[in-house]
Amino acid sequence: MRNYLNIIIAYSIMMLLIILVGIFQSWSIALTIFNYCMISAVMTLGANIQWGYAGLINFGIMGYTALGGLAVVLVSVAPVPEAWSVGGVNMMTCLAIIILMIFSTRYILKNIQKSNKRNYLIAGIIIVGLILIKIIAGPAIEQIEAVDPAKTGFLGGLGLPVLFSWIVGGLFAAGLAFIVGKVALGLRADYLAIATLLIAEIVVSIIKHEDWLARGVKNVIGLKRPAPYEIDLQTSPWFINLVEKFHLAKLDLANSLSERQDILNQLVIDASSVYVKLCFAGMFLVVVIILLIITQKALYSPWGRMMRAIRDNEEAASAMGKNVVKQHLFIFILGSAIVGIAGAMMVTNDGLFTPGSYRPMRYTFVIWVMVIVGGTGNNFGAILGGFVVWFLWVEAAPIALFFINLFTAHLPETNEIKIHLINSAPYFRFLLVGIGLLLIMRFRPQGIIPEKIIKQ
Amino acid sequence: MDLINAVIVLLNYTIIPALTYGSQLALGAIFVTLIYGILRFANFATGDMMSFGTMFAVLFTYYFQSIGINFGFLPTALLTIPFAIFMMILYMLLIDQTVFKYYRIKKSPPVQLAMVSVGVMFVTQAIIRIIIGPTDRRFLDGEKFIIKATEFKEMTGLAEGLTIKSTQMITIVVTIIVVAIMFWFLNKTKTGTSMRAYSDNEDLALLSGIDPKKVVLITWIIAGILATIGGILYGLDKSYRPFVYFNNMLPIFAAAIVGGIGNPYGAFFGGYVIAFAEIFLTYAYKRFLVYLLPESLEPNSLMQLLSTDYKFAISFSILVIVLIFRPSGIFEGKRI
Repeated sequence: MRNYLNIIIAYSIMMLLIILVGIFQSWSIALTIFNYCMISAVMTLGANIQWGYAGLINFGIMGYTALGGLAVVLVSVAPVPEAWSVGGVNMMTCLAIIILMIFSTRYILKNIQKSNKRNYLIAGIIIVGLILIKIIAGPAIEQIEAVDPAKTGFLGGLGLPVLFSWIVGGLFAAGLAFIVGKVALGLRADYLAIATLLIAEIVVSIIKHEDWLARGVKNVIGLKRPAPYEIDLQTSPWFINLVEKFHLAKLDLANSLSERQDILNQLVIDASSVYVKLCFAGMFLVVVIILLIITQKALYSPWGRMMRAIRDNEEAASAMGKNVVKQHLFIFILGSAIVGIAGAMMVTNDGLFTPGSYRPMRYTFVIWVMVIVGGTGNNFGAILGGFVVWFLWVEAAPIALFFINLFTAHLPETNEIKIHLINSAPYFRFLLVGIGLLLIMRFRPQGIIPEKIIKQ
Repeated sequence: MDLINAVIVLLNYTIIPALTYGSQLALGAIFVTLIYGILRFANFATGDMMSFGTMFAVLFTYYFQSIGINFGFLPTALLTIPFAIFMMILYMLLIDQTVFKYYRIKKSPPVQLAMVSVGVMFVTQAIIRIIIGPTDRRFLDGEKFIIKATEFKEMTGLAEGLTIKSTQMITIVVTIIVVAIMFWFLNKTKTGTSMRAYSDNEDLALLSGIDPKKVVLITWIIAGILATIGGILYGLDKSYRPFVYFNNMLPIFAAAIVGGIGNPYGAFFGGYVIAFAEIFLTYAYKRFLVYLLPESLEPNSLMQLLSTDYKFAISFSILVIVLIFRPSGIFEGKRI
């Protein structure tokens, strides 16, 4: 119990902060923050598996998040039959060509000795394949994008339940991680960071500009939800009754029947949004707990010990007969898959997919700050980092505004410096997060909740 | 005649813009490579440091304009370069003393320093946005064009016009001057030689009596000069927007690694490789081919290899290819 005391205290403080937001701002805001904290926590769990367990630096979190989001669109949106009829055959042919290219390249790599001839063959296959794809896909893409461009203009998805897409998001991210891992994992740490960062940029720019896939920067809105809609709740009698029961005391204060109805309506509207967010929070909590149990079990299993051995001394581990390259690739895929799940969860929570919003600042570097601040190699620490940093990220502006007003209280309202500072309050979040990271790196490099190694 | 027209088209739309963009990238890439070679970490704050220097140039330009100083037909911003560099170097030395020095003395692994530079990136970005805001700012004054398309057409009687913006000329000339001075400094002076020695083998350099403090100080000063000038040239040519500078960091990294990180010549060259690849692969060759091919063969598509949306993706793909096949870069850089 004493071992876990600091964890319990840290989590209680965090929960208290969120509850304070609920009391002082509103419960809806508090739950939004809580949900996003949970999504961030899943992302940090993924990054922590790579960095904390294995010492692999992955600055490509943004790419996996975006792929997870793409999975939601491809799985849950209803298919667009017109688009399929004009361009479906061509796009499927292209997919077949790509698969054919991959398999023929593999075949050549396996069956022909390393030589110039092999290189030319592979280059030939790639060039011919790309030209074929360009010829076949070009007109089809134009036709698909011409199908009611204001609303669809893309192939649509499969129309399956949205929860299914969380798994698919993980699989997508795992697939990308496999490719990235094969290409880049041999590199030294800081090169790996740069390479993964740039590959993630490539992935996002493809999602942004291939409109036939997921409408690109035109965004997909109105995605399906695993939770009820506010509108439905506001008209369903059981929900109104429930709200009535909860707020009987407040309702009894009303003077007339019409006034009571007005108050009730307002309460129902507020409660519906809180209820939907609670549903999401429940689902996210389930995911976080499942992942936490699995990662915790893995950390203390022989496999986890092996990963730590590889992290701490690669040569020694490989001398003991551990396949370092294979294990690195495996853990890279595992961590990225978790990040992909988080990406799918986030898009499901928002109900919209906006490829333009995927920026390395928000989806790579902030996540990394979470991992470092929370505690590398410790899953509880990683989750806490997700909570703390996301909370600061959101609440930085109100906090900054409060302090600006406090320190410039003696200045008149028209003072230029005061106005300028108040206008730039949103940017204090960068300052807060940056200074937080620098301080933690300097004075507590192992994070708020450090890694704990159980010795037997 | 058609041949000349075709060449002019190519010059106007690809070669001159690529040279300009390449120069801007090259300055940034040398900055990255110097920090990597001598201080031994990948500096993720590169883009924002360039932005920081440029911010001062913008502010000084506004100040100079308000008190009526200008530089004739050249942009006032050129006059502000020394002041901006001074502020930039002050900031860099402050950062080095408060942040990087501790890890350097402790001999932390490069990854940790890279992580710290992420922290510096956040702080720098915050300071920039708090001081000047995230909006788009143009601070170019003076003559905008050296040759206008219409004038060129009248002068030569060709069907195609050639436009050279003054910023393009300034960028290329200033880059050549700065890079020439820097290479002279690195190769011919005693301090420069000691810096290269320190970069090649730190222990040996220390043994032969090279003062590490002085090397680090000079490195930050040169880095400050390169970052500020690179940033100002980019800002003059396009416009000043903090967000864009952060994005530019990525092709700059690509240029530094493609050229061979730790090797300033490689970085200089890498900048142009990236710029030319980006522009040549996304240019629509239809107009160029119309002049060269007989009428029967005239292309009806745009003859564009990739859409301009993928400009950045190209430089990253080049980087990935280089990393797979020649990890030390085109010119021999540090071992990975």
